[in-house]
Amino acid sequence: MIAEAGLAALWLAAALSLLQMVLGWAAVRPGNEALLRFVRPVAVAQGALAAVSFLVLIWLFLRTDLSVKLVVANSHSDKPFLYKFAGAWGNHEGSMLLWVTVLAVAGGLVALLERRLRRDTLVGTLAAQATIALGFYAFLLFASNPFERVSPAPLDGQGLNPLLQDPGLAFHPPTLYFGYVGISVAFSFAVGALITRDVGRDFARAMRPWILGAWIFLTLGITAGSYWAYYELGWGGWWFWDPVENASLMPWLAATALLHSVTVLATRDALRAWTVMLAVVAFSMSMIGTFLVRSGILTSVHAFAVDPKRGSFILILLALYIGGALALFAARVGTVKEGSTFRIVSREGALVLNNLLLTIILCLVMLGTLYPLVTEAMGSKISVGPPWFNPVTAPFALVLVTFMGAGPLLKWRKDDAGALLRRVALPLLLSAATALAIVIFAPGTRILPLLGLSLAPAVALMSLMPLLNRNLRRTPLIIWGMVAAHLGIAVSLAGMASESAFTKEVLIAARPGESAEVGPFTIRFDAVEPTAGQNWTAIQGRLTAQRGDGAEIPMLPEARMFSDPPTPTSEAAIETRWDGQLYAVIGEPDGQGRWQLRLWWKPWVTLIWFGGALVALGGLLSLVGRVLRDRRVRREAPEPYADEAVAADPRGRPGREALA
Amino acid sequence: MKPRAKAKNQRLVLLSLAVGAVLVAVLLGMSAMSSQAALFYAPGDVRKNGLPLDRAVRIGGMVREGSLQRAPDGVTINFIVGDDTSHTIPVRFTGIVPNLFREGSGVVAEGRFEADGTFVASEILAKHDENYMPPGIEAGKHKTESLDE
Repeated sequence: MIAEAGLAALWLAAALSLLQMVLGWAAVRPGNEALLRFVRPVAVAQGALAAVSFLVLIWLFLRTDLSVKLVVANSHSDKPFLYKFAGAWGNHEGSMLLWVTVLAVAGGLVALLERRLRRDTLVGTLAAQATIALGFYAFLLFASNPFERVSPAPLDGQGLNPLLQDPGLAFHPPTLYFGYVGISVAFSFAVGALITRDVGRDFARAMRPWILGAWIFLTLGITAGSYWAYYELGWGGWWFWDPVENASLMPWLAATALLHSVTVLATRDALRAWTVMLAVVAFSMSMIGTFLVRSGILTSVHAFAVDPKRGSFILILLALYIGGALALFAARVGTVKEGSTFRIVSREGALVLNNLLLTIILCLVMLGTLYPLVTEAMGSKISVGPPWFNPVTAPFALVLVTFMGAGPLLKWRKDDAGALLRRVALPLLLSAATALAIVIFAPGTRILPLLGLSLAPAVALMSLMPLLNRNLRRTPLIIWGMVAAHLGIAVSLAGMASESAFTKEVLIAARPGESAEVGPFTIRFDAVEPTAGQNWTAIQGRLTAQRGDGAEIPMLPEARMFSDPPTPTSEAAIETRWDGQLYAVIGEPDGQGRWQLRLWWKPWVTLIWFGGALVALGGLLSLVGRVLRDRRVRREAPEPYADEAVAADPRGRPGREALA
Repeated sequence: MKPRAKAKNQRLVLLSLAVGAVLVAVLLGMSAMSSQAALFYAPGDVRKNGLPLDRAVRIGGMVREGSLQRAPDGVTINFIVGDDTSHTIPVRFTGIVPNLFREGSGVVAEGRFEADGTFVASEILAKHDENYMPPGIEAGKHKTESLDE
C-alpha cells in the first residue's frame, strides 16, 4: 500500500501543477487578479506532495520492499543502511523523482518566501515553474514510474552498482540537484518578468538570492563529485571532461555569469535583456544536461538505463521549454527598456568581460560535449577529451581569472585604467616573480601549469585587496562573500596547476618486501592480505610510506570484489599530508608473486577542493548578507502583499490563512 | 548625443563585440577539433581506412579470449581486440587495467598505432558500467550471451 500512496501523491502533485499552471497563466491576465491568492497555496501544496512521494520512495528502499520493481533492480537486503537510503536516488527513476521533487519544492519555497517580487510577476513565475514541473511529472508517470510493482516478489534484490556504494552517493547527487534544478527558479523568474514586462532592478534584487542559493549547491555538488571521482575511480584524476561532468559544468558557468550580470542589473540597472537571456540559458543547460545524462545516449555510471523512448521524451520537453522561453524572449525583448550606460573601464565593464568570457567557455564546453554526438549521428565516431578541452578552454579561463581579481578593484560607472594598473602593480610583480622562480627551479614545467601557478598568488592577493582600508568588523558580509569566492578560485587554480605540474607517478610490479621511491617518499610493500566487509571481500595491500626519516605512514589499498552484483572495484589508499596527497592503487598479481602497484605523490592537490568549498562558502556569506539586508529593508517598508492577508490578522502577515 | 541613443549604441556595440568574440572562439575550437579530437576506430575500420599513424586515436572492440599476455616487467600487457569482422588489432598497454577489463569483454583504449600495426595504448578507458559495449558490437555480445545460457 505504501508504494501506491507514493504514486498517489505523485499523481496529485502532477494534478496540482496543472491547476497551478492554469490558474497562474489565467491570473497574469488583466482582470483576473482575484485568482492570484490561490496560486501560492497550490504551489506550496504541490511541493509538499512531491516531497511526500520522494520520502515514500526512501521508505521503500529502507525497508527493501521487494514488491517494488525499482527496489528489486537496485537494492539488496544485505546492503549497509546508508546505501539503502541513498540508493533511492542511485537509479534512473529515483533520481528523476529527486529531480522533480527539487523542482516542486523550489517552486513551493518561492511561493512561501518570496516577498520582493511584484505580485503579478510572482504569479507568472509560479505558473512557469508549474509548466516545467508538469512535463517532468508526465515523464515520471508515463515513462519512469518509480513505484511500479513486480509480482511475484523475488527473494532478494539485485543490488546497487558497487561504484555507487560510497558515502559520496549520499551527498553528491542531492547537492548537485539542489543547484542544478534549483536554477529553474531563475528561468521561471525570467519568464514571469518577460510576461509582465517587469525586467528591472527590483526584479534583479528579488531573483538574486535564489540564484545564489542554487549556485552554492551547484558549486558544492561539482566539487564533491570531482573528489568522489578522484578517490573512487582510482585513476588519480580529478576532472576528465566526461560529458556528464560537462553537463554539470555548463549550468555552473551560465549560473556564474548570471550571478554577476544580475548584480549589474540590481546595482546599476544595466544589462537587462542579457540577464534575462542568461537566466533562460542557465536552466536550459540543466535540462540539456539532464537529457545527456538520462537519455542513455551516453554510457557512464550516471546513465542508469538505456531506453530510447525516455530520450525522445526528454528531448521533446527540452525543445518545448527552451524553445518556448526563447520565443517569449524574442517576442518581448523589445519591451525590455534600455538600461543605463557605462564606460568600458568600470566595474560594469569588468563584469561584462566576465560574462563574455564565461559565455565563450560555456560555448566551447558545449561544442566539445555535443560535437561527438553530432558526428556520431552522421556516422563518424570521434572522442573529444582533455587534449582538446584543456588547451582550448584554459587561455580564456586564465584571462577570466585575472580579470576576476582586477574587477572588484574598479569603481562602478567609470574608472581610470592608469589607476587600476597602479592598484594591481604589486600582484602583477608577484606573478612575474613566481613565473621566474618556476622557470629557474622547475625548468620544463609546461606552459598552462606555469601560467596557472604564477597567476594564482597574484589573483589571491588581488581577491583580498577589496578588504584593504576597510574596518574589517564593519565590512558587510556581501564583501566577505565576494572575497572568499574569488580567493577560492585562486586557491583551486593553484591546486590544479600544482597537480598538473608536479605530480610524481610510479608504476611497478613488486614483491612483498620491495620498495619504491615516489616524490619525497619511500614506499615499502610489506604484504598482501585478504579482508572483508559487509557485502564485499578484498585483497588488501599493506604499504608503508615514509618521507625521509619521518613517521611511518601505513597505506592499505584494496582490490575489492562486491557481491550482489558481483563486481570488482579498486579502493585507493589516500594519505593526506599538509602539502599534498599520496595515492596508492593495487592492481593484479602477475602470477610470479609480484603485484602491480601504482603510486602518486600529488603536491597541493587538496587545494582544488578546498578552493571549491571556499567558493561555496563565499556564496553562502553573500546569501546570508543579502537576506539580512533584505529583512532590514523590509522592516522599514510596508509588506508588498499585505492586502492579501485577511484584515483580522493583527500582524499583517501575508497569506497565512490562504496557506492553512 | 542623447542618452537614449547612446544606450542603444552601447547595447549594439556590446552585442556585436560579444557575438564576434564567441564566434571567433567557437571557430578556433572547431579548427582545433580536427587536430585534437581522437577518431574512433573499430578493428574493421582500420583495414578499411589504413592506419592513422600521426595522431592519437581511440579503438574499441572485444578483448579476444585467451589473447591476454603479461610482459616480463609485470606491468605491461598485450592483448588482441576484435569485432564482428575478421580483423583484429594487437594492443600493448603499460599500467593498471580498470577493474572491468577482462578477456571477452568490451574495451575502449586511447593511444597511437605503430608502423607494424600494434596499438600502443596510453590509457584503457575505465567504463563505469559492466553493461558497457563498444559501439557496433552489441549484436555480437548478445549472441554469445544467449549461447552461454
